[in-house]
Amino acid sequence: MIKRRIMRKKGTSLLMVVLTTLTVALSGCSSDKAGDSANSSQETGAGTDTVTSTQTADTTADTQAATTEADDLSKLIVGIPQDIDGLDPHNATGAGTREVFYNIFEGLVKADENGNLNPAVASDYTISDDATVYSFTLRDGIKFHDGSAVTVDDIKYSIERNMGVDGSEPLIRAYSKIDSVNIVDDSHVDIVLKEADSDFLTQLTVAIIPAANEHPDTTPIGTGPYMYVSNSPQENFIVTRFDDYWGEKAYIKDVVFKIESNMDAIVMDLEGGSIDMMARVTSTQANQLSDKFEVYEGTMNLVQALYLNNDVKPFDDVKVRQALCYAVNPQEIMDFVSDGAGTEVGSAMFPAFTKYYMPELNDTYNTDVDKAKELLAEAGYPDGFEFTITVPSNYGQHVDTAQVIAEELKAIGVTANIQEIEWNSWVSDVYSDRKYEATVVGIDASTLSASALLSRYVSDAGKNFVNFKSDAYDAAYANAQATQNDDEKTAFYKECETILSQEAASVYIQDLPEFVVLNKKFTGYKFFPLYVQDIAAIKPAS
Amino acid sequence: MKKISFKKIIKDPYLAIGILIMGLVLLMIIVGFFWTPYDPTKMSASEKLQGISLRHIMGTDNMGRDVFSRVMYGSRVTLLIAMGTIIIGAGLGTIIGAVTGYYGGVIDEVAMRIIDALFAFPSILLALVIVSVFGVGWMQLVVSLGIAFVPSFARIVRGEVLRCKDMDYIQNARLQGVGSLRMIFVHILPNIKGVLASSILIGFNNAVLAEAGLSYLGVGSQPPYASLGRMLSDAQQYMFTRPSYVMCPGIVIVLMVLGFAFLGEGIKRWE
Repeated sequence: MIKRRIMRKKGTSLLMVVLTTLTVALSGCSSDKAGDSANSSQETGAGTDTVTSTQTADTTADTQAATTEADDLSKLIVGIPQDIDGLDPHNATGAGTREVFYNIFEGLVKADENGNLNPAVASDYTISDDATVYSFTLRDGIKFHDGSAVTVDDIKYSIERNMGVDGSEPLIRAYSKIDSVNIVDDSHVDIVLKEADSDFLTQLTVAIIPAANEHPDTTPIGTGPYMYVSNSPQENFIVTRFDDYWGEKAYIKDVVFKIESNMDAIVMDLEGGSIDMMARVTSTQANQLSDKFEVYEGTMNLVQALYLNNDVKPFDDVKVRQALCYAVNPQEIMDFVSDGAGTEVGSAMFPAFTKYYMPELNDTYNTDVDKAKELLAEAGYPDGFEFTITVPSNYGQHVDTAQVIAEELKAIGVTANIQEIEWNSWVSDVYSDRKYEATVVGIDASTLSASALLSRYVSDAGKNFVNFKSDAYDAAYANAQATQNDDEKTAFYKECETILSQEAASVYIQDLPEFVVLNKKFTGYKFFPLYVQDIAAIKPAS
Repeated sequence: MKKISFKKIIKDPYLAIGILIMGLVLLMIIVGFFWTPYDPTKMSASEKLQGISLRHIMGTDNMGRDVFSRVMYGSRVTLLIAMGTIIIGAGLGTIIGAVTGYYGGVIDEVAMRIIDALFAFPSILLALVIVSVFGVGWMQLVVSLGIAFVPSFARIVRGEVLRCKDMDYIQNARLQGVGSLRMIFVHILPNIKGVLASSILIGFNNAVLAEAGLSYLGVGSQPPYASLGRMLSDAQQYMFTRPSYVMCPGIVIVLMVLGFAFLGEGIKRWE
């Protein structure tokens, strides 16, 4: 009897537990939101304080800001998904950190929104005919944020710091190619390479910082349009306009980068006014926003593809790979995954590289199920086959894309099983060990050169995780590297892209869409072919 | 032994409600084996994120797949995973619990300390560790959840065996020279079946929730095939634009858990 009563209690208590868990889970959600909005209102409160105080300073000192009518337009709050990983520009590795630092630091050259490298700290440069000596002229009158003039010693110091001259590993791998940095005179510096590299300019966007600054990890000083004010870990990173900037000065005076770690709260924070701008929101989030916001649509600058391991059966047969290309319809994928947004790619080059991108390759394989079946039959798989797509589980778009592909391949009798895998395992199993059949990911470029995307397809390249092998490709790529003539180089790179398309190295799909949301009080957002946010270009909408 | 009569079942509200709910869920699952309104993986670009209508009684998801078909398929997956988990967890747990409880001594000490150590990990964390070692897949999921469920069963059974083993009828059987194994499995276990049955049903509940939790974390069943937890996780970002997409799989999970809970309670009262 006693036992039974205890048991009954246990049973009811279990019911209670289930119900309380549910209640707690549900109320957990709502209390979270309450907390968030409380937070954000607090912050907007604090925000208005700063605005008003800077405003008074503005009206007296800065006539330019006074002409930009509405008061709160001198401040922009930008949401960023993660905290910056350090204040030293040379040691910061996170892409999210680099996109913020683009506004504070500049290199000898600086990328613009079209993918061109323009002189920045240097006013001019020449490259010797054999591409081993890069000569730079220091921009006249350029100043650091602390007011001191930039000198050639600062340039030498900054480049050498990245080379690791003190015996440490170079911070940038390509800098091991540098033989020496020579100061010619007060305004000229030569960078001498050990071997010819006509693409080396793309590496010279690295920040120039003052040699005199003993604590670059706590007091960041650069030459960019904005200068550092303060940062609070996991909260924000504040910058203000640098009025002695050498180029076109920024429009907005104060910019706060606010860390938005809770991606689910973005829509509410935008609507509530605690942030004015957020990059890389999903199409679902963008659709939920009211008309107070402008949604800019660009591309993420990566090549999303169904990457096939060219070493394993049946993908070692070019006909099988081509058959998959005919069966997969990129437009349909875009319709399902991102409401039709996105840009088709036909080879390993994304559209932002206008110089190298070849839109005609998108038509190498127009969806044709019969043709695909024919090719499969010729390859000896008239009844199709089965394979596994390994896809990193943290990338929703890639998982969704894999699902659409699996559905599309059913039409040609090919069964694609999807295996989700955690990101670190993906990097080790798929990317490093190449133990996979197929995978869906996006590959981006680390520098502004075509070789950043194309070098991985060279037969013996360490990054060649698709195991693509083609003598014609290797030859074309070597030619592109060898020539100094820009037109010839471009032609050879284009030949490389054409070979990838014809040989169907992988099933190239699209450059994923990127949505940036900006409050309509502001305008002028620009997309870059690199992972940066150019805040200096944003201005109040008049 | 009481007779099982319809009247008696009706009289006990726990049992009646439990059987009703589980009957509905099971009916849906069994029908799902032979027929679903649509192919659960069939996508349709023109019917993305539709609301509840006669055509799609639970609406459609972000790929234009019919949510009701996916729920029918998904509850089957969820239930099968829960059953597999319980078979492993209760099977191993019962054997370990009975043996340690009956023999006692060193075996008991060692086995129970290992169980204690297992207990120290929350079962979801334990399952996550196992999944990260053996990879993602529903076999791994069943095995890892099963192992995570062993300690609770071992504890319960051990306690019951300890309680029974000094009872008169056991002493009596021992005097008659019944062997140890026969003693455990023929004389003791049948006498604790009530406790075991209700803990199995409670375990079912926890397994359904654990499966949902793990699939929600992305280590459960693989797309395009659905399980209820997986659907919840996919639906999360459409919570504001299409609430029905989140609600429908969620309600089915709640029903399943409630059904098992009522059934467990009912059976306990029956005994």
